[in-house]
Amino acid sequence: MSNKSNGNSIRGKVHKYDIDNIDTDVIIPGPYLKIHDHKELAKHAMEGIDPSFPEKVSQGDFLVAGNNFGCGSSREHAPIALSQTGIKAILAQSFARIFYRNAVDGGYLLPLEINESTVKKISDGDELEIDIAKNEITNITKNDHYLMKPFPELIAKIVEAGGLINYKPDY
Amino acid sequence: MTITEKILARASGKQKLSPGDVMFAKVDKVMLHDVSGPGVIKVFSEWEKKKGLKLKQIWDPDRVWVAEDHFVPSADRISAENISNLSNFTKQYGITKHFKYGLGQYGICHTLSHEEALVLPGEVYVGGDSHTNTTGAIGAFAAGLGHTDIAYVLMNGQIWFKVPETMLFKIDGIKPDHIMAKDIILKIIGDIGTDGANYKAMQFAGSIMKHLPMEERLTLTNMTTEAGAKNGIIEPDETTYAYLRERTHTKYSPMHGDPDAHYTEVFTYEIEKLEPTVAKPFSPGNISAARDLQGTELNKAYIGSCTGAKLEDLRAAAEILKDRKVKIRTQVLPAAQSIYMKALKEGLINIFMQAGAVVGPPTCGACCGAHMGVLGKDEVCISTTNRNFPGRMGHVESKTYLASPIVVAASAVTGRITDPRDVRN
Repeated sequence: MSNKSNGNSIRGKVHKYDIDNIDTDVIIPGPYLKIHDHKELAKHAMEGIDPSFPEKVSQGDFLVAGNNFGCGSSREHAPIALSQTGIKAILAQSFARIFYRNAVDGGYLLPLEINESTVKKISDGDELEIDIAKNEITNITKNDHYLMKPFPELIAKIVEAGGLINYKPDY
Repeated sequence: MTITEKILARASGKQKLSPGDVMFAKVDKVMLHDVSGPGVIKVFSEWEKKKGLKLKQIWDPDRVWVAEDHFVPSADRISAENISNLSNFTKQYGITKHFKYGLGQYGICHTLSHEEALVLPGEVYVGGDSHTNTTGAIGAFAAGLGHTDIAYVLMNGQIWFKVPETMLFKIDGIKPDHIMAKDIILKIIGDIGTDGANYKAMQFAGSIMKHLPMEERLTLTNMTTEAGAKNGIIEPDETTYAYLRERTHTKYSPMHGDPDAHYTEVFTYEIEKLEPTVAKPFSPGNISAARDLQGTELNKAYIGSCTGAKLEDLRAAAEILKDRKVKIRTQVLPAAQSIYMKALKEGLINIFMQAGAVVGPPTCGACCGAHMGVLGKDEVCISTTNRNFPGRMGHVESKTYLASPIVVAASAVTGRITDPRDVRN
């Protein structure tokens, strides 16, 4: 977590790609799947959509997108590459299932679900503060507030543990 | 309960499960390959570093298998190192089912899962690849996971799932010669959208199952991933059991849904009404009838992948290519060594080569833009594979059209997108 964070809240700038179905092939194209050096992967994050993406992102920033973010492959390279650029959370209308669980179980970044009108209200470059415990988003730039969908119980516990490998289930 | 709910209930020791329930399920089989495997190795080494311990053993090496498929035969130095690391890993943990290229049977992981009967009806199967859904055609719960989840399964033998709602797709009628399972699943994805089954189970049934071979069924479940599904599944029947009898003597406990099982949605299709279907760039859901695209000029035809290079796929393509010549660059990459050998024995490889196509080794190859015929800028390809996102098979400004093996073969002959009926006549 960046030094801009405070307790349960995180703060950063928005990089908005107002499109649905941002797939794993554009997040990290196939030829890079043989790479397992996380820092090297970050250089190619979002290459299929915006090759300048890694340079734009600062530690703790947010990515905002539409429906079905991360559809396609199970490549964990996708959340790894995004998190290594500095992205701390992705705010989207919905996520593809494997991307969602990879993001959480690997402890890389937070997949936060917001509704369509919230996506519309957030602009590229806005400064947000997100309170995970309260499920609240404050748009500092626009002086506005939004709610996000709370994590299901198990997801909240895995997020708190910092990933599945550190989580002690009670099965 | 549906078959999916019943399998997950048995695996989690519960009498009853409902969609939305979250539980940990015991896993019967797990797969990793040359992309997810090195990720697992990294998770293990980070765990060891953090704990200051050596991970001496995994949960059950006999329930694990490893495929080399994405970047093999090694595409370059890095992929060669990944394969070496994977070989050391399987040796260290006593995983004997490691299918190595150049050492007998090997191939695409999802193809090996059924060809080698590595997964059986009623089992919970997870793999480090999104198309793990494929193997659900055998009557198993089969779902794709990332490498952290696979590492967790290798350590603990279980993993969490949210029980999915089940969507039932009933396909009735007698399959015409110009229609393949690929047309059915492309039509379905076109209808429900690429997120139409997000987090859900897609179950296939209907009277076509009486005559639909196992490998065609596998095409249906394979592409459930493209609709966002957690799993694709078909209840096991005589076709399933006969297919398995040829491959294994291992006993299994198949599962079937209850007569009063609840399906959140039921879709019905009459197969006679379907058209040879093509998914246009850049989405598997962007469909048209092949005949509506017949002016579209092509540079390449690709017959490969877990979706479209099984033996039935090669037989279908060969039926079109027999005594004809291809007009555009055409590649055929059988999905596994055993399938390659069967195709050779049946004379299919000869047909492909006589037609002018190049036949390559089993590999995921250009399907994921890795190697073996990737597309350059502005190149247009028709392919039996499963995805056509921007840059999927190469340059971000290349284009891929997805279609059945017979549409791809017919298009290879004319150099334009072609309905197989227009070549046969």
